[in-house]
Amino acid sequence: MTPTPYRFWWARRKFLASVLGALTLVGTACGTGRDGTPSTSTQTGVFPVTVKAANGDVRIDQRPERIVSLSPTGTEMLFAVGAKDQVVAVDESSDYPPEVPKTDLSGLQPNVEAIAKFNPDLVITSDDPNNLVKSLDALDIPVMRQPPARTLDDTYQQITQLGVATGHSTEAANLVADMKSRIERLVKLAPKFSEPPTYYHELDATGYTVTSRTFIGEIYRLVGLKNIADAATGTGSEYPQLAAEFVLKADPDLIFLADTKCCGQSAKTVAKRPGWKEITAVKTGAVVELDDSMASRWGPRVTDFLDVVVQALAKLESAKS
Amino acid sequence: MELVAVQRVPPEVRGTKLRWRTGVVAISCLLAAGLAGILIGPVRLSPVAVGQELLDRLPLIHLPSDLSPREQAILWQLRMPRVALGGLVGAALAMAGAAYQGVFRNPLVDPYLLGVAAGAGLGVTLALVYFPGQAGWPIDPLPIAAFTGALIGVALTYVLGRSNGKSRTTVTLVLAGVAMASFFTAVQIYFQQRHADTFREVYVWILGTLATSGWRQVILILPYVAASGIALILCRRLLDVMSVGDEEADTLGIRAARVRLAVVAAATLGTAAAVAVSGLIGFVGIIVPHTMRLLFGESYRVIVPLSIIFGAAFLVLADLMARTALTPTEIPLGVVTAVVGAPFFLLVLRRARRVG
Repeated sequence: MTPTPYRFWWARRKFLASVLGALTLVGTACGTGRDGTPSTSTQTGVFPVTVKAANGDVRIDQRPERIVSLSPTGTEMLFAVGAKDQVVAVDESSDYPPEVPKTDLSGLQPNVEAIAKFNPDLVITSDDPNNLVKSLDALDIPVMRQPPARTLDDTYQQITQLGVATGHSTEAANLVADMKSRIERLVKLAPKFSEPPTYYHELDATGYTVTSRTFIGEIYRLVGLKNIADAATGTGSEYPQLAAEFVLKADPDLIFLADTKCCGQSAKTVAKRPGWKEITAVKTGAVVELDDSMASRWGPRVTDFLDVVVQALAKLESAKS
Repeated sequence: MELVAVQRVPPEVRGTKLRWRTGVVAISCLLAAGLAGILIGPVRLSPVAVGQELLDRLPLIHLPSDLSPREQAILWQLRMPRVALGGLVGAALAMAGAAYQGVFRNPLVDPYLLGVAAGAGLGVTLALVYFPGQAGWPIDPLPIAAFTGALIGVALTYVLGRSNGKSRTTVTLVLAGVAMASFFTAVQIYFQQRHADTFREVYVWILGTLATSGWRQVILILPYVAASGIALILCRRLLDVMSVGDEEADTLGIRAARVRLAVVAAATLGTAAAVAVSGLIGFVGIIVPHTMRLLFGESYRVIVPLSIIFGAAFLVLADLMARTALTPTEIPLGVVTAVVGAPFFLLVLRRARRVG
């Protein structure tokens, strides 16, 4: 997917692994999922542990062996820290990595009894609809709520927590270190512009987008991009709905489509919208089709997302010169 | 005051007394619905074991079942409170619907008529926007916000629904309710738009759910629903008189406006409590009283008590559908009641047209 930085990073992963010697770096790969090394970790951590999740302190008495994840991001994190053999069921939206034990459990309209049927010893969720957390508490099933991250640090913290909770704290620490170094490298790799390019991150075709104060916005900010939606900062929502006229007037240099799967948008459909042909990004072919799920989850694949952004910048630079 | 008036009302000719055979049938239906609600769910619990569990809780009987602790928790912490809450909410909405239809002399009226729903919706949205993350709260702010919003909505409607210095007529009240509801809904959507991250939570609430945990919500709304129920049962004769018309009621020595205020207050209290814990569940307040009317006669002396019982039974069954039809996902309860309710509503409309 991402030739140069990817290989470089991979090589360094191997180097790191050899340095750490005894520790096998498990199938994390920051979400590439291609190095599906089976979890051979012998370190199980010391239980009981108490982790501080969004729903308060969660005590876990033994290494969980029957985890149910209702959070697609949580699922990605669990697999990335090497807890994959401990996961018995994931919700219908968890689709990454492909080998997840997908069920038709719902994270949006969950039924607690249906979850209890899996006899879980740990449940991961990002939201708390239908009194989910309290109901699981009533059944004495430990539950960790990990809400959508607002910053990269939230992501690191959630990964670390999941590592502790599942007995994979070392792998989690390594994963976080890898993510940090990969991000650092990608940021260095990103071309610098005298005038920062502007971008529009599209959540759907009706103009919903993000400001720089969101998790997604933070990723773009890392490489110095300027968000056209920041004009809407302070109107109350960090997920404002921009008028099409405003997008035309702002004339972004880059358009990122995070609505390719949900809503069938593509560079082609964007170009066909009335007036959008005149936008610089459309004229120069700088409309980037993102994988919706990669660009909306705050898990380990956020580095892949940044990678795509950096590639788009590189293309933009070569087009200019 | 009103109670004194009741004594002066001569018994109506068409008013029938609630026959106690009907009462027995109604109670049996409710018990059957409750039992089905307790026995059926995504997790299979053996009926024998559940029976033992229930008997075991009775005094002087010791009959331990072979349910595992987790199954016991499913029974006592998930299903039983949910069935109880469904019964309370269904009863509250159905009797409020019956009462509103009586005092407004309009068969199409539902408990949300005077802005209860819109007020509660705005309350919930504001609570989600300004007090997000209720994990650390000792009490859940959402029901309180919904309850307060609902009461404010109706109070405003009532105060504003005064026509030209004269007393409130049903028409001005209903129109004021429509205006208030549009206004509140607009404000709610405005806040929702500015805080899109709360959208999903508001959405879940708007579609209605009985997903609870433990008995907290049941205890929370029990006093309000009980008070509302007792008041409406006491008012059932007055509702019969009111259905004739304000002026006729006046000649019978009943102050129509005052009775209307009392009935609206009682019905609103129950509705607001129901809305606070379950969100917006449509159609219960319309279809249940109308079914009673079709089956058992026009008198509110029959309709009000039977609406309470059958409203409870109906919502328990609807919720059973909501949580089992698409296992392991839940269907929003408001969707189930509307799917059943909308066709029925059309039937009622057809009948009303033929009669009128």
